Amino acid sequence: MATKRVLAATALLAALTGCAGVEPWVKPYERQNFADPIMAADRDPVAVAYLNHVFEAREGARGALGGHGGGCGCN
Amino acid sequence: MRTILRLLPLLVPALALAPDQGARAAVLPDDRADALYHRYDGGGVTIDGPSLLVRKKFAEKYSVSANYYVDMVSSASIDVISTASPYREQRTQTSVGADVLNGRTQYTVSFANSDENDYTARTAGFDVSQDLFGDLTRLSFGYSRGWDEVRKRGDDAFSEPVDRSTWRFGMTQILTPKLMMGVSYELVSDEGFLNNPYRSVRYLDSDSASGFAFQPEVYPGTRTSNAFSIDARYFLPYRAAVSGHYRWFNDTWGVDADTVKVGYTHPVGKQWILELSYRWYGQSAADFYSDLFPRRDAQNFMGRDKELSTFSSQMVGLGATYELPPFGVPFLKRSTVSLFYDRFRFAYDDFRDVTAGGTPGEEPLYGFDAEVLRLFFSGWF
Repeated sequence: MATKRVLAATALLAALTGCAGVEPWVKPYERQNFADPIMAADRDPVAVAYLNHVFEAREGARGALGGHGGGCGCN
Repeated sequence: MRTILRLLPLLVPALALAPDQGARAAVLPDDRADALYHRYDGGGVTIDGPSLLVRKKFAEKYSVSANYYVDMVSSASIDVISTASPYREQRTQTSVGADVLNGRTQYTVSFANSDENDYTARTAGFDVSQDLFGDLTRLSFGYSRGWDEVRKRGDDAFSEPVDRSTWRFGMTQILTPKLMMGVSYELVSDEGFLNNPYRSVRYLDSDSASGFAFQPEVYPGTRTSNAFSIDARYFLPYRAAVSGHYRWFNDTWGVDADTVKVGYTHPVGKQWILELSYRWYGQSAADFYSDLFPRRDAQNFMGRDKELSTFSSQMVGLGATYELPPFGVPFLKRSTVSLFYDRFRFAYDDFRDVTAGGTPGEEPLYGFDAEVLRLFFSGWF
């Protein structure tokens, strides 16, 4: 059992070490699309926070609203 | 009437973190100020007010932000008119945040305070994010702690605490030159007085002329929830973007929920950005929810909050952002004005409209439409 754990830990370490050397498959010069404002999920934080606030107030669910959440629950 | 600050812990990092986290290499957000007017109108409730947000960075390594937010509430919701009188109240929230960028690691601390006449909430948060793999990946982790005090108008002796903890984990990933995806997980744990001190449940009562009567609701003293979401955004060949979002949710009260959202963003010329979105949300009821209990004190825990019933909602949103021409303010690099309009339809499966009258338990099911307006000016300096 202990041997398996050591092997698993070694494999995980090797994987992570390997990841550290991962060559970015999308080159920096290929990322101009992500600098375009239309690709920002929450281009206007103050407006996104408010709409999430409405969701939280009117629904039973909460959290994980695509990176942002917030709000009060108004009766 | 109290306004429940269910998830203030989530709002703090929402305003403190970078608006485009994960999309690019580690950089702090731009210096920017936003002045927003918001309005919600639906189901007998009108809430409006301003929200002001200012961000400023120093030496490309430090950033501070501050937000001032007001809700002015005028409520004659079905909950209120069933058992009480319409009311007005105001909630004011102030929050501040600070970021430090160290290489590819960003640290954020934040604090928020919210006050209204019968509820106070204070929240502190800490978040860390790290860019990896040539900045194609961003990992983030955060924790918030909240300390609330619930009071009751007309009862000076009533004061109950609520402690809240939130853990969150997220990852965004650039997959191709046109596609990025993100996943996030959030665990929220509450302990304390979690129900509304004013809200009642109804039960069958043959002694009443209406056939039913009301008693105060009783909730469990703890609640823990899990939410997991996955997002994708794709850059179309003709410079437009489509997005998708799915969220799964459950909690220890028995509420299960699903959320699906799709969106389309389309620039027109150099000055306009138009947006269209559709969102569907559906949930099951909490284990202790009932529209009509069979008798008084029927269970240990009883709730009749329509937000804990079985229901679904749909939302259609439209938005437009216009890049303003320079208008002579020397320190302003650019500015925009935006208008977003969202229309909601809520349909409840086991929450009935008691104001309609009729045999208890056979009244028509409740539903309503709501409108949300966001009008704001943004300036970069």
